[in-house]
Amino acid sequence: MRKGRAGTAAAGVTLALLLTLPSHPAGAAPFATREALPNGLVLLTAERPALPIVTVRVLVRAGSLHEPADLPGLANLTAVLLPQGTARRTALEISEAIDFVGGTLRAEGGQDAATVTLTVLKRDLATGLDLLADLLRSPAFPEEEIRRKVQQLKGAIAQKAEDAGTVAAEAFAAALYGAHPYGRPVEGTPESLPAITRQHLVDFHARLYVPNNTLMAVAGDVTTAEVRALFGKAFGDWTARPVPAPSLPAVASPPTRVLRRVDRELTQANIVVGHVGYPRRSPDHYALSVLNYILGGGGFTSRLVHSIREERGWAYDVHSRFSPGLEAGPFAVTLQTKNETAGEAVREVLAQLRRIRQDGITAEELQDAQAFLTGSFPLRYDTNAEVAALLTQMELHGLGIDFPARYPDLIRALARGEINRVARQYLDPDRSVVVVVGKQAKIALPF
Amino acid sequence: MRELRGGRRVAIALALGLPLLLPGTGVGVEVLERTLENGLKVLLVEEHKAPVATFHVWYRVGSRNERPGATGVSHFLEHMMFKGTSTTGPKEFNRLIQRNGGWDNAFTSHDYTGYYTNIAADRVHLPIALEADRMVNLLLKEEDVRMERDVVLEERRLRTEDDPSSAVVEEMYAAAFKAHPYGNPVIGWMEEIRQITRAELLQHYRTYSIPNNAVVVAVGAFDREALFARIREAFGRIPRGPAPPAVRSVEPPQQGERRVVVKREAKLPFVFIGYHIPTLNHPDSFALEVLASVLADGKSSRLHRSLVYEQQVALYAAASYDRLSADPSLFYLYAAALPGKGSDQVERALYAEVERLQREPVSERELQKAKNQLEADFVLSQDSIFSLARQIATYEMVASWREWERYLPGIRAVTAADVQRVAGAYLTADNRTVGILVPLAMKE
Repeated sequence: MRKGRAGTAAAGVTLALLLTLPSHPAGAAPFATREALPNGLVLLTAERPALPIVTVRVLVRAGSLHEPADLPGLANLTAVLLPQGTARRTALEISEAIDFVGGTLRAEGGQDAATVTLTVLKRDLATGLDLLADLLRSPAFPEEEIRRKVQQLKGAIAQKAEDAGTVAAEAFAAALYGAHPYGRPVEGTPESLPAITRQHLVDFHARLYVPNNTLMAVAGDVTTAEVRALFGKAFGDWTARPVPAPSLPAVASPPTRVLRRVDRELTQANIVVGHVGYPRRSPDHYALSVLNYILGGGGFTSRLVHSIREERGWAYDVHSRFSPGLEAGPFAVTLQTKNETAGEAVREVLAQLRRIRQDGITAEELQDAQAFLTGSFPLRYDTNAEVAALLTQMELHGLGIDFPARYPDLIRALARGEINRVARQYLDPDRSVVVVVGKQAKIALPF
Repeated sequence: MRELRGGRRVAIALALGLPLLLPGTGVGVEVLERTLENGLKVLLVEEHKAPVATFHVWYRVGSRNERPGATGVSHFLEHMMFKGTSTTGPKEFNRLIQRNGGWDNAFTSHDYTGYYTNIAADRVHLPIALEADRMVNLLLKEEDVRMERDVVLEERRLRTEDDPSSAVVEEMYAAAFKAHPYGNPVIGWMEEIRQITRAELLQHYRTYSIPNNAVVVAVGAFDREALFARIREAFGRIPRGPAPPAVRSVEPPQQGERRVVVKREAKLPFVFIGYHIPTLNHPDSFALEVLASVLADGKSSRLHRSLVYEQQVALYAAASYDRLSADPSLFYLYAAALPGKGSDQVERALYAEVERLQREPVSERELQKAKNQLEADFVLSQDSIFSLARQIATYEMVASWREWERYLPGIRAVTAADVQRVAGAYLTADNRTVGILVPLAMKE
């Protein structure tokens, strides 16, 4: 911040700052570096020496997109069993080792990818990396651990039913995606889990957990050279294998509106209204980010919050979101309102979708959205964890290592006509899935 | 607002210190402390690792300052603080901040209400005038109160009415505190929220929204002297107000176990147990912090290893110590039973772990592990300037920000004997309140 200039010169400077915000000061170091080992493993490094900590985020393209349709939950179970025993260590030895240094080591399944994250103090990086490599390359899948984990997953699945928001989201996904992996929860079901054998897990791991199918982002007190040396040593002799692309059913929004009502003893209706969106690699992503900010992603400045919360007091939480993945993830408006106002709220959501399609956005809305998206970028990617997550997303979707530098221009280049076009092309209220979870006897819907 | 977390404790427990940063406190930041004439304290930290900043104004007012029959007024007032002043319309604050790439929000707890803006460092001055403005000029229009009441009721429905575990937590707190306002939910009881009037909100605002009851905290890539000058210019003119009334309630010692049952449609039995313990101002607080870590930090922790992994009775089992509290709060244990297991099994298993810690001191390795976890947590928590600002502000609200610097030395000094002693002194049957969720069958 400039110091102590008086009068109009200061006002001029301030005004200039308000209008423009360079994403990188000239001559700044690159956001991150990218290297690929000979076996195809991709290493992304963001050097951030301010604190003696290191965050490693590993993505393996081994999400539920890759599991056979008759073994739902296989991908997730493989992932969550990684820390539960390896060739060299038992589950307890692994947790004791990472806990002792105050680090964290977590593995979780997903739809597009499995994710393993490691956080350690710099001085414990060697220990952490050794554990990480062990988990990824040599999980043992002991029978006892499989049994234990399946019991836990059954418990977690059961408890999900207590959360109306989750019930609504899962009903929405199922109705929209059907047999496509995006239509089912990654954990599988209490019926599908016992069908998974140890051999299934071993085979899935052998097939998909290979270096050419894996990317690693390292953010923290490391240099590119260090990462190359340490990770090269830990993963350099990991054998690559070709990974076939999964065959997936096509996705499409329903031909006409679909309604799903779930009756629960609740004071609030949990509502999801939406349809199929787009895949992340779509060039329309940036225009759609602007559109969504205006419609319902921009908090109090958004149309949905203004209309449903501020003007009518119907909801505390109401928002819209596109969730683009490797496949065309959903578009959804989500809100919770007492049962008695559910019908009116659904009507208003559909009206807002129609209006923005029909009338488009204003010049002021465009400007505000562009200002927010460009200006907030450094804030959204500030901590090691946020940076590492951004890096893996960049790599997974082929955005390029210079993405952070290009982002502001991608947003600034958008004209109002572009936003209006994507509104017409991608919003489809008449072909949406509407889910209402609540006390149905008190809910009167407009259809 | 108070939050539950499973597995690894995060919550408000803030680890401090690492020899690699600075010996002793492990704090790698320097806090500039100034107090204006009107009593407003200002705490500024320069942090230049990224061109970002976070600007906070926190008020010493929360649900502990509320009267029976009028609970929820602090939280409701927090909502109303976004509804516009005599000079700034309701949308203008948000719009200005977001147009400049920033994000603003607020939260209310038992002890304080905090307002913050995260923004690019070269725009950190933008919220200053706006915060000073709403400290003094809030409109509190009748129609806005009426509309926002509906929003708060929806929030309550979302957080508690329709959430079985939260309902148990609320019930347990109400039973654990018969005299002190900590027994009331921060959001307020449903029927009392409905009856809060504009006059009450205005009264609350005038009493607590004064500079001598507030602290400004900012962390980021700014020049602290320049920022201080702006803060003084914006806030300096606001007159000091009369000291708000002190909270007189003191919870009497609990002299026997209390048990409360909540029956709700749910799937899994859930147990939430609270023990009365002292705050950070008591020398035992460090040992209690280490105790919580031994119990619940990581998958090798006592509760997870025993209840989740070995016995397989719980879906999750955890503990937390509400150390950063203005008045003595609770140390809690909680767990959800796996399908087919009962809450009584889980309860017994939790007490068995407590009794082990009361009978035998932890090993040196286990003690060191807990300390390592707390230290690493602290370093990690400084990665986020927002988290850093929150820590400093929280400490200042309930004690002094300087206690934050004393945290790590305090943790390091804890012995195995200390941990055993506090387990025995505080985690007793007579000192506990047990909340139990009895699931009623859900229609499917």
